[in-house]
Amino acid sequence: MTATTTAPLAATTARTVKRPPARLRAWATRAPLLPALVFMIAVTQLPFVATLVISFFDWNALYPKARHFTGLDNYRQVLTDTDLRHSVWTTVLLTVAVVLASLVLGLVLALLLDRRFRGRGIVRTLLIAPFLVVPVAAALLWKHVLYNPEYGLLNGLLHYVGGPQPDWISHTPLLAVEASLVWQWTPFMMLILLAGLQSRDQQQIEAARVDGASDWQIFRHLTLPHLRRYLELGALLGSIYIVQNFDAVFTITSGGLGTANLPYTVYQSFYQAHENGLASAAGVLVVIGSIIIATFALRVVSSLFREEVSRA
Amino acid sequence: MNALLRRNGLGLVAWLAGIVFFLPIAWMALTSFHSEADAATNPPSFAASLTLDGYRDFFGSGGGASPWPALINSTVASVVSTLCVLLLALPAAYALSIRPVKKWTDVLFFFLSTKMLPVVAGLLPIYLFAKNAGLLDNIWLLVILYTSMNLPIAVWMMQSFLAEVPVAVIEAARVDGARLPTVLARVVAPIALPGIAATALICFIFSWNELLFARVLTGVVAETAPVFLTGFITSQGLFLAKVCAASLVISLPVLAAGFAAQDKLVQGLSLGAVK
Repeated sequence: MTATTTAPLAATTARTVKRPPARLRAWATRAPLLPALVFMIAVTQLPFVATLVISFFDWNALYPKARHFTGLDNYRQVLTDTDLRHSVWTTVLLTVAVVLASLVLGLVLALLLDRRFRGRGIVRTLLIAPFLVVPVAAALLWKHVLYNPEYGLLNGLLHYVGGPQPDWISHTPLLAVEASLVWQWTPFMMLILLAGLQSRDQQQIEAARVDGASDWQIFRHLTLPHLRRYLELGALLGSIYIVQNFDAVFTITSGGLGTANLPYTVYQSFYQAHENGLASAAGVLVVIGSIIIATFALRVVSSLFREEVSRA
Repeated sequence: MNALLRRNGLGLVAWLAGIVFFLPIAWMALTSFHSEADAATNPPSFAASLTLDGYRDFFGSGGGASPWPALINSTVASVVSTLCVLLLALPAAYALSIRPVKKWTDVLFFFLSTKMLPVVAGLLPIYLFAKNAGLLDNIWLLVILYTSMNLPIAVWMMQSFLAEVPVAVIEAARVDGARLPTVLARVVAPIALPGIAATALICFIFSWNELLFARVLTGVVAETAPVFLTGFITSQGLFLAKVCAASLVISLPVLAAGFAAQDKLVQGLSLGAVK
């Protein structure tokens, strides 16, 4: 969070004016900001502090009297429990696979949509649609309507070409969850990358073309470097959303068949197993993972943002 | 000639990709108008006769639970939380753009960083708090949580929209003797209004879609539409048409809001980083 402001300068000019009105004015400037700021701190920061505190206690909600301080025991348990360790691995696998696949697909689609052709607006609308299906509804659609081994559309279409009739969710549970998420998140990546493509310097591209550069050379040496930060942004924002994914895992496999990710595990350990301390420790681990991603994300956003401000 | 062919060829590929991505939704819509028997055939019955039975069944004529309470709850939670977001975010965005406070970029990034804190980080304390305060299964708790969920996005988006209002125009109006409310209504609002509308639509979408909070914190009375949909997770015999009808009806507000906000969608989803 690097911010270059003109704060010292503003402070000295403020001091030269008579003191009480200046301070009053500063508060008048701040006032519109305060409700939102106080609200955010109360609703998002306080619960996290509470989670942090609870994570140091051995606390099963069914035996409230047995609650006691255990230090880092919950963390040791989370990190040594094979199920929980597995869910950490699942979270990483799910996030990386979905982000990479949807980023590559999104890039291809964005490049296709960046050209002029008949019905481009319609195709754009068709491509955005998957992102605008309620996530639970999308998961239900994949689980029952597409994946069902007996009457699902996938096996129905395979039937026409005489293909096999696999039970998608039982055979490849994680892949099944990932495919549905890739379908929903590709439009997101496409939109971000399309915005990136359309912010290219067209004159520069024209000049390169006049100089005899091929399409591939233009893509490789002009488009891709320009897109780099948009690719980073898409990857990081996608990661932040998909690390937290609960809907698809909950709906398609109910966390079974080795698809339980960390958010699902946290949900399960306190909602079904009532292990408050363990759930909190797992929650804190999700946060640590997110902070690592978020640090990079914030850096990318702030570099785009500063460029935007300096351009204005 | 060769270039012409290539351009049309790639256009065709784009069309094909669009159709492949849209196919599941189109199939969902078609299936929702089929009878249950026609919906569950292999190979699929593309040309089966159409019926509204799936929708009738979904809306409760088949004896199942009526979706209306859940739809009403979702509407209340989404609309009221969106209004709260606007109420809190507009003044905040004003203090971060038109008359910026000192270190306004730091404040802006604080808002953004809260968005990166995963929901599960605070879920348990919120649940325990709600349980002790008697707020479980209460739609107003969701309103508060959805407001906090969307506020950072809204502040970022609106900050960028308000920053587009030229300072010179505002100053000119002030010099002409216009008071602040007049300036806001006559000068700022017309320029920023499309952006504010898009922000509202995006907040509405996120609230309408939310499952984890709603699943943990509501039960019977305050159940929202996504929670209602989780009732379809386990198969109940022949129920594909009903599932499709339910998924489609519950997704319709999001589809409508999303297409309405299409142009500003990227800006909202990228937290204002991409214009």
